Amino acid sequence: MIRLSSAEGGAAEVAADEAIPTDELREGLLESLRAELGAAVVGSHIRPGDDLWVRVTADAWRTAGEVVRSILGCTYFDFLSAIDWLPSPFGRDMDSQEDLIISGAEPREPPAMTTGYAGGDTRLQVFARVANLDQHYGVTLKVDVADDDPSLLTWVPVYAGANWHEREAWEMYGITFVGHPHLVHMYLPGDFEGNPMRKDFPLLARRVKPWPGIVDVEPMPGGTDDEGEGEGE
Amino acid sequence: MTAVTDRDQLAALAARANDARANIEFEDDGMTLNIGPQHPATHGTLRIVAKIDGEQVVSAEPIAGYMHRGYEKLTEVRTYPQVTTLINRIDWLGSFANEVPFILAAEKLMGIEAPPRAQHIRTILFELSRLANISLFLGDLAIQLGGLTLGFYSFRDREFVLNQIEAVTGGRFHPNFDRIGGLKDDLPKGWIAETKVAMQKMRAFCDEADDLLFGNEIFQKRTRGIGVIPAEVAKSYGLSGPNARGSGIDWDLRRDNCPPGLAYDKVDWKVWTHPDGDAFARSWIRLQETREASKIVDQLLDTIPSGPIMAKVPRIIKVPEGEAWVATENPLGEMGYYIVSKGDLVPFRVKIRSASFNNVSIVPWVCRGVYIPDVITILASLYFILGDIDR
Amino acid sequence: MTHVLSSIDLAYWQSTLIKLIVVAILVPTTALILGIVFLFKVMSWMQSRKGPQEAGPRGLLQLLADGAKFVQKEDLIPDKADRFVFKTAPIVVLMSTLLLYVALPASQHLVVEDLDVGVFFALAVSSLSVIGILMAGWSSANKYSLMGGLRAGGQLIAYELPMVLAVVGVVIQAGTLSLNGIVQAQANGAIFGFSALGNPFILTQFVGFFIFLAAVQAELTQTPFDMPVAESEIVGGYQVEYSGFRFLFFFLAEFATAFVFAGIAATLFLGGYWFPGVDTSSKIYWILGPAVLFTKIMLVAFLIFWVRFTYPRFREDQLQAFAWKWLIPIALVNILVTGILKVVF
Repeated sequence: MIRLSSAEGGAAEVAADEAIPTDELREGLLESLRAELGAAVVGSHIRPGDDLWVRVTADAWRTAGEVVRSILGCTYFDFLSAIDWLPSPFGRDMDSQEDLIISGAEPREPPAMTTGYAGGDTRLQVFARVANLDQHYGVTLKVDVADDDPSLLTWVPVYAGANWHEREAWEMYGITFVGHPHLVHMYLPGDFEGNPMRKDFPLLARRVKPWPGIVDVEPMPGGTDDEGEGEGE
Repeated sequence: MTAVTDRDQLAALAARANDARANIEFEDDGMTLNIGPQHPATHGTLRIVAKIDGEQVVSAEPIAGYMHRGYEKLTEVRTYPQVTTLINRIDWLGSFANEVPFILAAEKLMGIEAPPRAQHIRTILFELSRLANISLFLGDLAIQLGGLTLGFYSFRDREFVLNQIEAVTGGRFHPNFDRIGGLKDDLPKGWIAETKVAMQKMRAFCDEADDLLFGNEIFQKRTRGIGVIPAEVAKSYGLSGPNARGSGIDWDLRRDNCPPGLAYDKVDWKVWTHPDGDAFARSWIRLQETREASKIVDQLLDTIPSGPIMAKVPRIIKVPEGEAWVATENPLGEMGYYIVSKGDLVPFRVKIRSASFNNVSIVPWVCRGVYIPDVITILASLYFILGDIDR
Repeated sequence: MTHVLSSIDLAYWQSTLIKLIVVAILVPTTALILGIVFLFKVMSWMQSRKGPQEAGPRGLLQLLADGAKFVQKEDLIPDKADRFVFKTAPIVVLMSTLLLYVALPASQHLVVEDLDVGVFFALAVSSLSVIGILMAGWSSANKYSLMGGLRAGGQLIAYELPMVLAVVGVVIQAGTLSLNGIVQAQANGAIFGFSALGNPFILTQFVGFFIFLAAVQAELTQTPFDMPVAESEIVGGYQVEYSGFRFLFFFLAEFATAFVFAGIAATLFLGGYWFPGVDTSSKIYWILGPAVLFTKIMLVAFLIFWVRFTYPRFREDQLQAFAWKWLIPIALVNILVTGILKVVF
């Protein structure tokens, strides 16, 4: 049995610890994808009985969409979005740093960048999910987009529903979708600058006033370990 | 009563709509009508820029974003239990249902499962929020089409469902009741009997809606053959829930791919589909779904197992590294959360896939060449909640 | 009323003043009655809710309170509106309503002006309101208003025709255009020789009655024919820019017109002020006439509002198709049959 998961990403190791049940359906899907796309499939991950992740190259993005639609029968478009793998300099864990700095402690450096299932080489990654409604399986496709020029060929001719999702991804992550018919702001005002969902875009409200709900994660009095007692009865 | 008798006529209507679509390609001048952002038909602040030629719509472009709250960004600074407070506000008519897929996704990543009693009650509350949501749809549809009376009936009878939700969770609109590994609390005393009464009232309401609205000639004239969405188009736009089933797609996430953590495998109900794909089909599916939901609740109430309502979970929840996608059949359609965790207190990335976003994205396609009143019919029959589009 | 006033021998200006005061009081009162009884009480009863409860005993004064509120509001006029037309439009609409009251007899002598061509007059002035509505729709400088005005224009013109045609049957049967004469024709008629109940024309002209009611519903722009003001589509149509007392004018006109149309329907089809067994020339009609007419009006108005609270609305093209393809042909056939029967009997 060939491990089809790419070596990258800690999640694959988690899966390796378990006794891996086989999932012939999804391995078959992956095989047919590999047969169609060849070397364009650069990473994959299978959670048996549950889900399939496939990472393709940016050049093959449109082709991959056409293949999963026609060959795998995934005619149902679920969603398309993006991930910024950069560890957030402003994230929640850094918020508590903010408090620590006020009380005089040393700030902590953000951890190194890691990517998720099916790996990844760049900071920005577009992922989309399509599904086959007759046989009830879905595929999550991922694609790396270049850091310096984040652009991809649009999926609108393949899945009409990608229209709004690509607009959202363009607006929130600054990824250009070449050939998109109407790439304008979805939510934000037309003259808005910046890409709010990128990790280096500060959540300004949080910077100005740390949220009081933060106390929730402080250790309970008397508890030394953060893996406290369960609440189960 | 609802069987389609005149299929030829429907086909002719659909063909005419297609013709209209083709004909207006060449029209150039006309008037731009701003429907919204403040408009009675948009229940929220959706704006539709419609280019019209007389009463005919040449093109309609929905403009969302008047209510964008940036939940995807906000989840990145909230711990997992805190996120449910936010996502309650996505589809505010069936709020409990918003929490479930997120909690299930977190449970999947953590590898824990709620005890059977919690799964049962979770499913009951899930269906109750479906009732609260769809019963309002039926009233709202009537109001959009000019029949005020059913609107008031729906508010009257929805109250019984909201009371039951309130009795368990303490909140009528935003329960925030689901927890990773179970539920916050057990059912109060006497709740089961009261809920059964409420379910009877919902069924009576459905019969009333059937008589007053769906049997009405004018209603049928207004909805039959209006806004026809073929199954293939529906799939490529990602329409889900009753909108997809109204187009003849036999797919229900409660039956197919139901994520573990819900008790749908223990009940017996029918997934209705309708082949027409028009506004009537979508509305009719929702009417049937209200009935089915009340039956599901009845069955579940009879078989609640005893036991704990919380699994053993650490008090401070750290979700192991990984990615998970869980989608459930929410009142508005498929709602899913794609969670990327880095093993931290907070999610690294949460993609909220809400049903209305996809459902409304089809509006430009379906609203070409129809009349202005049909735009209202189509919007009402697609049934969106603004919070569910903008998130 | 003409007879009465002339018998007391008042100067022309005095009788005119009295008529003016009567109509000026009567019209808002009728609108209030319909508003309170149907819009508040019957509607909330049908929709199984409580309706207004606080203002006055059982909330009966709610509409007065609302009226007071409207009067206090600022008289807003949109910036780009045609100010003169915008201001006069509600008055034109209300005037059409007031004129309708002129011809309606509450007893043989209790009528503002007993016209020989009362039916003709009533139908003619009722269509004046469309001018006011078009003025309102055009002058508001609002797209929704414009669409509402145009919809109203198309609709009111389309439904004038079935209304007139429905009445023609009655006129043929009664042999007169005078509303008083029509009442007397019904009072003096007989059903197959049985004359105790007279011959209310609803028995022979039931087709005409329903067409007339449908057309009234459309003239009043009430559901299922309320596209000109469809709230969920064009947000109130031609009324959208009106506020304060100008909106109150529209409101008054709508309900007063409903009242007087119900009165005309009652006169044409239900025997008007006539009470079975009491001769129309009897003095008792000074009291009985208005009471009987009022009862019949409330019955007809109940039908009108019952439909309003129950049905969803048509689409514009369906409404036109309904008028031209169904109501008008049926009305024409009705006239034909009435004419043949008139000749035969």
